[in-house]
Amino acid sequence: MTAFLLRRLSQTVITLLVMSVLVFVGIYMVGNPIDILISASATPAERQQIITAMGLDLPVWQQYWIFLKNALAGDLGNSFVYNQPAIRLILSRMPATLELAFSAFVIALLIGIPLGLYAGLKPRAVGSRGVMVFSILGFSLPTFWIGLMMILVFSVYLGWLPASGRGQTVNVLGVPLSILTLDGLSHLVLPALNLALFKISLVIRLTRAGVIECMQMDYVRFARAKGVPEARIVLLHVLKNTLIPLITVIGLELGSLIAFAVVTETIFAWPGMGKLIIDAIGVLDRPLILAYLLMTVVMFTIINLIVDICYSLADPRVRLGEDSRS
Amino acid sequence: MPEEMKTLVVTGLRTQFNTAKGPVAAVRDVNLKVARGEIVGLVGESGSGKSVTGLSIMGLIDAPGEITAGAILLNGEDLRKASPKRLRELRGDRIAMIFQDPMMTLNPVLRIDTQMIEAIRVHDHKVGRQEARERCRDALGLVGIPSPEERLEAYPHEFSGGMRQRVAIAIAMLNRPDIIIADEPTTALDVTIQSQILAQMQKLCRDTGTALIWITHDLTVVAGLTDRVYVMYAGDVVEEAPVEDLLDRPIHPYTDGLIRSIPSHNAPGQPLNQIPGITPALDRMPAGCRFHPRCPRRTDACLEEIALRSFGPAREARCIHPLVEG
Amino acid sequence: MTDNNVHADAAILEAAGEELPAKPTRPMLLVIGRVLRDPVGLLGVLIVTVMVLAAIFAPWIGWQNPYDLSQLDFMDGRLAPGSQSMSGVTYWLGTDDQGRDLFSAILYGLRTSLMVGVLSAAIALVIGTAAGLTAAYAGGRVDTLIMRVVDIQLSFPPILIALILLAVLGQGVDKIIVALVVTQWAYYARTIRGSALVERRRAYVDAARCLALPPRKVVFSHILPNCLPPLIVVATMRVAYAISLEATLSFLGIGLPVTKPSLGLLIANGFNYMMSGDYWISLFPGLALLLLIVGINLVGDTLRDVLNPRMQR
Repeated sequence: MTAFLLRRLSQTVITLLVMSVLVFVGIYMVGNPIDILISASATPAERQQIITAMGLDLPVWQQYWIFLKNALAGDLGNSFVYNQPAIRLILSRMPATLELAFSAFVIALLIGIPLGLYAGLKPRAVGSRGVMVFSILGFSLPTFWIGLMMILVFSVYLGWLPASGRGQTVNVLGVPLSILTLDGLSHLVLPALNLALFKISLVIRLTRAGVIECMQMDYVRFARAKGVPEARIVLLHVLKNTLIPLITVIGLELGSLIAFAVVTETIFAWPGMGKLIIDAIGVLDRPLILAYLLMTVVMFTIINLIVDICYSLADPRVRLGEDSRS
Repeated sequence: MPEEMKTLVVTGLRTQFNTAKGPVAAVRDVNLKVARGEIVGLVGESGSGKSVTGLSIMGLIDAPGEITAGAILLNGEDLRKASPKRLRELRGDRIAMIFQDPMMTLNPVLRIDTQMIEAIRVHDHKVGRQEARERCRDALGLVGIPSPEERLEAYPHEFSGGMRQRVAIAIAMLNRPDIIIADEPTTALDVTIQSQILAQMQKLCRDTGTALIWITHDLTVVAGLTDRVYVMYAGDVVEEAPVEDLLDRPIHPYTDGLIRSIPSHNAPGQPLNQIPGITPALDRMPAGCRFHPRCPRRTDACLEEIALRSFGPAREARCIHPLVEG
Repeated sequence: MTDNNVHADAAILEAAGEELPAKPTRPMLLVIGRVLRDPVGLLGVLIVTVMVLAAIFAPWIGWQNPYDLSQLDFMDGRLAPGSQSMSGVTYWLGTDDQGRDLFSAILYGLRTSLMVGVLSAAIALVIGTAAGLTAAYAGGRVDTLIMRVVDIQLSFPPILIALILLAVLGQGVDKIIVALVVTQWAYYARTIRGSALVERRRAYVDAARCLALPPRKVVFSHILPNCLPPLIVVATMRVAYAISLEATLSFLGIGLPVTKPSLGLLIANGFNYMMSGDYWISLFPGLALLLLIVGINLVGDTLRDVLNPRMQR
């Protein structure tokens, strides 16, 4: 297990290095770094000063080294608009995005797995067909428009739920959370549901396909031949076999939830990183864009790592296979 | 022996599959009798309905399959009239089954002890975890698995195919059932492993007084293992006989063809014997004797339905042109 | 057929030697015929046809060019559906804040959305197919390299890649097409490589090689045609996805510029007025977008069933 962890960790570091080179090339080589990193309103003297300070007149590999050193030290430049370190801005908005993404993730699992299980166990039932129609719609409808319609129905016409902001938050270990207050929760419901919609459809499909496949396996028939009750067969034998491959797919989807939160945050004025980056793109606040990209890439890579580890813990074939060989 | 004393009596069993083109019978009219502790062979080619017969007895026929006629008496109790709950109680307790592919019958994500202990505890909740565990360990030892205590904590993929089949046999034997149905459990194994398992199975059944139905396509297996043999062809039992009689003096031309197809039966250098043609597909069964299109002895009379008739004590066959007159 | 296969429905019939369709003489016509015979497929084809025709003939169907400012009357702003204009015209779907007739605006929006979606999917298809075929045919290091790039790219959500590109490139029709192409080529590459690898092992490819045909010829006249069915299905689904992604990006205000309005931009426009109850500005363009995407997906789903030999009934 230790060897496996070490190998995966070193892979992660390599991926991060490659991504840093790509971002570096994107910002420094393709674009003009002087334009990207220095505000257009700076005077020529200021420009020259910053160019020297940032080493933009040095050879490329030295520039990359400086960029890497600064990035590692958490220094990705100051936001033009807020005039604060970009990375600090991103970090201050991150809890809101993570709260939204995790809520959507949990909703997707809580709704998707039972529905998928039902549709997989009774594929011919009318209810199952309904579930599948729902999942096809969830797949093809543009999320942002559904979000608008949710606001229209639940906020404008019914007036049940608020349509924007985080509501009242509570600080937990210095991190503000909406989910712990009734007001915050009511603000969280619509955006989290909206963000979860696509993933619910995905989880339904994956669970259903997995259950249908597992139910035809000989080990299910053998369990029946042992006299194991149907409920235990479904909840232990089938569900465990279905959920293990699901971990990989769904875990990676957590990353995509964070990316797609950009859309939901814009619609529901949720003050997360996504809202920040869209505003930053609008006013060409490039250090902020750069910081967002790097942070997202880092989060992605970390999530991938965690998913891999979870998967290897959950699946005895992978786990022990690694052990006996290392 | 009176019928009530038999462990298993199957009369007039008919199992059909409801396909888009209407029902097709995989098992047409099967009669079986198994006495206490008796080892019986059920022989036939692929598609002869022998596995479906086994699953029908277990009550494990899934939709679109359906048992439409006949009685299945286990210790005098008709399983076709039993409630699903009662069937579940009997399965794995009084009647057990082992399947063909040992790589598929054990659940890959559950430890061996989980899969064994549940087989005991779903039938008797009063058995403590520790006691159940000890019984499992003893059962593993009995089927020849070395260091059973440690192996209990292993996962199926850590066993070879032969070892997995031994585990499956141990699970089937756990509750000392009255009868075990073994569906070609050695077909997927090496010949040496196969003979070990056959010998072990025979000994276990003799020691515990458990009856055994051994389903196979291989007459050589039947020769060494069983007391009595039923030969199936295209959903019918075509011949029933004590094993020596069957091999020495087959009555039905199909049985004769099967015996002649065994390569070692041939003189060296002679061309191998074969039965011409193939097993008919289930939805286009020939009228009358289902074997007649391939039969060397056929006449027009074979186009009529042919009933089983007696050819002396414990011998029956479904043929009007038998090789041996009764 | 194994004896213990009790889910024998399909297997039984297969053994009976039936249901194996004769080799189609004109495969394209056969496929289209099958799609049209399926009620769901027919519905999809109808929806898509109507939408495409509406987009093509927008200037003749819509009575107003919504982006010719001289034709707009600010006094007609935010009229509810069915209202009459100052000059006595009925706005069946209402107007937006600048007095645009929404029906005409939707027709023009459809044009832009379809154009961007189809064009980007087509370019991505060409690039992805080339990359996938190269990887499959060359094998070895080239294959590893191409597929590693594909894997890395597919592990990032398309919207993130599009965001990065648009942040670096800026706005514009050409830029959003570039962004959509970059997010999508990898799907085609993976699909085509998968089926090309299968085809490559088939005997006819060996035969063609034995005849000393040049690789280019083997790839284009032998491997590619046999990879087409999965490619067609993926392409259909990807067009729908590209349209949806473009609408999303435009909605966020980082996709198409205001001068080149797509459905996403119309919806974003209406968003500002939705809170005051002027639902129609967002609702109707959204419904049009929805109909288009669902229509394409219905066609894609049916195509997949029709082209997948295992699904044939």
